[in-house]
Amino acid sequence: MEKQFKHIQAAHCENGVATSLMRYHGLEFMSEPLVFGIGAGLFYIHVPVLVINNGPAVAYRTMPGWIFSQASKSLGIKVSRTKFNSEQKAIEFLDQKVKEGVPVGCQVGVFNLPYFPPEYRFHFNAHNIIVYGKENGNYLISDPVMETVTTLSEADMLKVRFAKGPLAPKGQVYFPENVQRISKEVLNKAIAKGIKKSTVMMLRLPGNIVGTDGIKYTSKKIRSWRDKLGPRKAGLFLAQIVRMQEEIGTGGGGFRFLYAAFLEEASNYLGQEKLLNISDDFTKSGDLWRESAVQMGRIYKGRTNNEQKDFEICADLLLEISNIEKQAFVKLSKMKLGK
Amino acid sequence: MKKEELPQDKSALEVMTRELLYVKNSNGKYTTGLSTGWDIKKEALDSAWDDIKERVELARMAVRNREMSPVYYFMELRLMDLTVLSGYTGFWKFTIKRHFKPYVFQRLSNEKLTTYAKIFDISINELKDFKE
Repeated sequence: MEKQFKHIQAAHCENGVATSLMRYHGLEFMSEPLVFGIGAGLFYIHVPVLVINNGPAVAYRTMPGWIFSQASKSLGIKVSRTKFNSEQKAIEFLDQKVKEGVPVGCQVGVFNLPYFPPEYRFHFNAHNIIVYGKENGNYLISDPVMETVTTLSEADMLKVRFAKGPLAPKGQVYFPENVQRISKEVLNKAIAKGIKKSTVMMLRLPGNIVGTDGIKYTSKKIRSWRDKLGPRKAGLFLAQIVRMQEEIGTGGGGFRFLYAAFLEEASNYLGQEKLLNISDDFTKSGDLWRESAVQMGRIYKGRTNNEQKDFEICADLLLEISNIEKQAFVKLSKMKLGK
Repeated sequence: MKKEELPQDKSALEVMTRELLYVKNSNGKYTTGLSTGWDIKKEALDSAWDDIKERVELARMAVRNREMSPVYYFMELRLMDLTVLSGYTGFWKFTIKRHFKPYVFQRLSNEKLTTYAKIFDISINELKDFKE
């Protein structure tokens, strides 16, 4: 093997896999915020009616798989993705890649992931890890959310690759192909394009449940939960929001700090001072998301009397966040960042 | 969030790793920091587990009172829902719902019981002879 794989810790698994693999293929400048921004990862959606794990269905980021594929597309990198119906074929394919010395991304479920603490093992199937070798029958694993590398036995690997349920991984293996040197022009263009995509998704998608309008929608819902669901269940709903927002993988504040970090980098690359100010807007937004989590925590942990006014405080914070993000994206949409 | 404000509370994640967050350094620039955990987050996870435990307990009572079959209890115990269980077993959701009925469960073939037992990671006897 001529190239050595280097483990990188990231906030979010998909960003981390993308960053590590791109760096391995010679794009040394790549960073997690850059992948996240170019891949237009920032989002917000509150799907009405749908209930997940007995809580509201909210997401702070785009669909699994989207970030890597969008970022690669903008940078002119081809990503090979293979899913399998046969377990045997899935094993052979992965082992072949290992033999070739190519590190690859694998989509896995976390329910049977032995190195995860039991408290974190739900039937969540969109986790991403890198397999970068095999020793004594164990796969060498770089899990981007971890500080160090780890291993998985063949049996465990098969189990997590063929987890079932929503977003079932079907043994998916993916890796970038023929990565070329990327010129400054291509990179700058990709950054501008990523920002533009996020502006469209946060401001211009129809309906009131996505983007900055979606945050407002959640705010409105929170005001009604206590009457509609009763104090206890309403509290559980808030706990679910906090988990989606802060649980391992978001970099804090529901990806908002990560986006602020991206805009800071973008301002350097594009030489646009103004992006720094907008970066500050997202830092402010992230801080308010954290503050709203604290207020929600007071409710589900029973540190308040769980009255309507406690819910109103949370709802007001989300309204403020919606406004800040709306203004920030309007500012971004008015900037001339090149095509 | 500033780097020095990054919470370092106890959490279940400690046994596995510290997690990475994006924070501001003293010059106001973004950098990364590692956190052992945050109480607010831990409590959100705890309340989700309290809810799960309560559901499992209700399922246990339902099986004991012969309102539901053990399939229902073990589905809850393994944090599954109909979609996940249907994915693992290959049975239709409405078929599984039928298997929740004690009198249907009584007549299930050994083959079907084996499928369930394997997925729930228990023996056939543990499934048939409910002692939870």
